Amino acid sequence: MKIIIVGCGRVGAKLASDFAEEGHQVSVVDQRQTAFRRLPSGFRGQLVLGTGIDEDVLRNAGIQQADVFIAVTENDNTNIMAAQIAQVIYRVPKVILRIYDPDRAEIYRELGLTVICPTRTVAEMIEHAVRDQVVPTEPS
Amino acid sequence: MYIIVVGGGKVGYYLTKTLVNEGYEVFLIEKNPVKVQLYRDRFGAIVMQGDGAEVATLAAAGAGRADVVIAVTGDDEDNLVICQVARERFGVRRTIARVNNPKNEELFRRLGIDVTVSQTNVILSLIEQQIPERPFVHLLALRHADLAIVEAKVAAESPVVHQPIWQLPLPPESIITAILRRGELIIPTGQTVIEPGDELIIVTKQQREAELRELLCVPATR
Repeated sequence: MKIIIVGCGRVGAKLASDFAEEGHQVSVVDQRQTAFRRLPSGFRGQLVLGTGIDEDVLRNAGIQQADVFIAVTENDNTNIMAAQIAQVIYRVPKVILRIYDPDRAEIYRELGLTVICPTRTVAEMIEHAVRDQVVPTEPS
Repeated sequence: MYIIVVGGGKVGYYLTKTLVNEGYEVFLIEKNPVKVQLYRDRFGAIVMQGDGAEVATLAAAGAGRADVVIAVTGDDEDNLVICQVARERFGVRRTIARVNNPKNEELFRRLGIDVTVSQTNVILSLIEQQIPERPFVHLLALRHADLAIVEAKVAAESPVVHQPIWQLPLPPESIITAILRRGELIIPTGQTVIEPGDELIIVTKQQREAELRELLCVPATR
């Protein structure tokens, strides 16, 4: 598969290195050259310097042939715009994005995007852990 | 009419000022607290500190009853999301986004923003209007009506020359609304006769522009 990852932070770099290891064709886009340092030394994917909301940059990353598009920059709105370019303009079959803000996550889920909201997920996990610890489940 | 402006840079500031002077009910949202304090001294309580892309901020600004939301921050991705959140969450019927990168105008339209304003393209079209050898200039596009306003300079060789307007073979859905002739503005009737060098202001459908260009500016396109 051809996979484009926008944002080479901790999550982006981890995804890029995992997918490349599995033999997928990976392109990573980030506007800071230094961000690519997070990738492992033997990384075999393509590095594209530029912003993920610029169509020229995304074409350089091969968006026209992409099977999967992942937007995981630190900026919700950048992820939202990049993902909509991939989904609406280039019709990439699978588009996934991260949105920290739960309200915005819900709005764009309703608009048909595949949204991961770490704020909600992590909060739920912690609440779950707290309840498991502090409030014992009722005896059956 | 209630208008929410998001982004208090120079554009947002002067826009707010002008709209207030025109008598509109206006509310300005700006992130930077220093600017907010400054604007409060000038505009009073209609300025709020916050992130206009957040549902809670827009709710506090009363987006539910806003007729128009205008996003004029310096970041296109923020302007896009502000308009989309306003429309999807608050049912705001008219959303206007400033586009900093002119390449994004088309994209924003496809993503449902009603009107985009690109300073780059505005300046470019002003320049085009000043260049005499461009006989056909697109002045304005109104997306909803699929409508365009164009300015065309009539070539001496055009078949419309010396014809009254009622006899012109204009494409359907096109109306000549004004004629500029030797510096004079003429509001034409069917009897008005076209002269070579007339500058016609035409309201038309966007898909008719090419036909109009052919008809009125024939030699320039060859």
